[in-house]
Amino acid sequence: MESLRGKVWRFGKDIDTDLIIAARYLNTSDPEELAKHVMEDADPEFVKKVSAGDIIVAGDNFGCGSSREHAPIALKAAGVAAIIAPSFARIFYRNAFNMGLPIFELKQSDQIGEGDVVSIELDRGVINNESSGKSYEFVPIPPFMLSLLQSGGLMNSIERGA
Amino acid sequence: MAQTITEKIFSQHASRDVYALEIVQIPIDMVIGNDITTPISIHAFEKSGATKLANPDGFSIVLDHFIPAKDIASANQARISRDFAKKYKLKNFFDEKDMGIEHALLPEKGLVVPGDVIIGADSHTCTHGALGAFSTGMGSTDLAYAMVTGGNWFKVPESIKVVLTGKPQEYVSGKDIILEIIGRIGVDGALYKTLEFTGDTIEHLSMDDRFSMCNMAIEAGAKSGIVAYDKITEQFLSDKPLAREPRILYSDSDANYVQVLHINVAELESVIAYPFLPSNTHTLTEAVNDSIKIDQAFIGSCTNGRLSDLKVAAQILEGKRVHEDVRLIVTPGTQRILREATKLGYIDIIVDAGGVVSNPTCGACLGGYMGILGDNEVAVSTTNRNFVGRMGSRSSKVYLANSAVAAASAIAGVIADPTQS
Repeated sequence: MESLRGKVWRFGKDIDTDLIIAARYLNTSDPEELAKHVMEDADPEFVKKVSAGDIIVAGDNFGCGSSREHAPIALKAAGVAAIIAPSFARIFYRNAFNMGLPIFELKQSDQIGEGDVVSIELDRGVINNESSGKSYEFVPIPPFMLSLLQSGGLMNSIERGA
Repeated sequence: MAQTITEKIFSQHASRDVYALEIVQIPIDMVIGNDITTPISIHAFEKSGATKLANPDGFSIVLDHFIPAKDIASANQARISRDFAKKYKLKNFFDEKDMGIEHALLPEKGLVVPGDVIIGADSHTCTHGALGAFSTGMGSTDLAYAMVTGGNWFKVPESIKVVLTGKPQEYVSGKDIILEIIGRIGVDGALYKTLEFTGDTIEHLSMDDRFSMCNMAIEAGAKSGIVAYDKITEQFLSDKPLAREPRILYSDSDANYVQVLHINVAELESVIAYPFLPSNTHTLTEAVNDSIKIDQAFIGSCTNGRLSDLKVAAQILEGKRVHEDVRLIVTPGTQRILREATKLGYIDIIVDAGGVVSNPTCGACLGGYMGILGDNEVAVSTTNRNFVGRMGSRSSKVYLANSAVAAASAIAGVIADPTQS
């Protein structure tokens, strides 16, 4: 995974998976179709505004609710490059890793504003808010998750493990 | 070293003693998919080059969300699961012929038993913890991994001990207890943890109540909810052909808990979760005082679509009429529940009162079909989530309640107290 740099879209806390992709669109798992409706019930204009490489910064408990993997699929297909939040709901956290959508736990997420430009240095474990000039250390990715990522994700680890 | 019931289940599956926060790779007894989540799993399964299921009888597909098909895309989506089930001669495939909401259906079929490790690509998979099993929701890729390997990796969760004391008052149910807990600790209050329900209240709670409580553990962010095996569990299992021999485990008295939560259930009144989070709880008295007008009352879902829900609804609706401005929709959890409720006369009472009874489905709960809310409409619902747009329009509102409150409210046209109806 290379370094990430992008413009920030801000969301509040407890962003649930129904807000990320409403169930009325779950009659397909086609990424392009899902991407058309990403975050629709949180911000109906989001799809028009987001560009490839943008980064979502949210409050606590991002991705709570359903287990639908359609949520990280939709975000990724819409071009969202990473998500930063103080905490993530458990199933979403696991799904994001499995889908290859980078997510970062950052306690000081509220110090990053809409429209800020942030860069994420994966090797140093640092998130830089280029707009404010402040840098923060994100919560390290658990070693087990990191090894899964390095083996190319969960499904790819099957062949290696077998 | 002392262990919780959850640590014991993981230890049995890992064939060594394991404790909270350890990461383990273990076999899984039952893997559950549905019409929405399984197609992604099937795609990943096929892409991996797998040609067989590691544990075919430990895999169930239940078509329950948008089945009978709500539209062309849903029909096409269901076909992916149907074709896969046929190709792999899946024993535990539940389509329209024997349908039900997965978390009501599997316990009924004896496919989930005490001591099991269960995963499902559905967040309410935690329901099955009511049987004294470890059961949790995961995504479709994790499901695919389990289909191929027969197991998966887990971080053994820390446990929060919930001590429930006293006998619940009339019309206070497992739903009220879990809403009270979520109200107290918040929607991320149990993040990554297990909610272990204990205390003398348990002996007063039916399996249906216990399923409701474990079902909504996820609404507090929990990984699982669990109730240990007792006489009521034994009774529930006694008429079912069990897929495996139950492994009956109990927490040690000196097991380690990260938090202990006490609830005096004897004094608890019914709880209503106002929009837009299940943690936004109020007492029924407050809700009645707020005179909340409703357009729709919904009784159903994996939380409250069981026989006791239909029974209490029928008791309240008998000889009454649903308010002229309200639609009452009742969705039995399974075909068996529908059949039993019909035999016992509950369905006649509900229909006579002006309610409509649907096929078993998750449809209305997640705004899929069979009871979508229009702009600015308000519902009282026995379901599990009241997020923005959850049951339909972005401007609609959902108040979560138990089945007695939903039935009483359907008659009154406002959120109402069942003891007054």
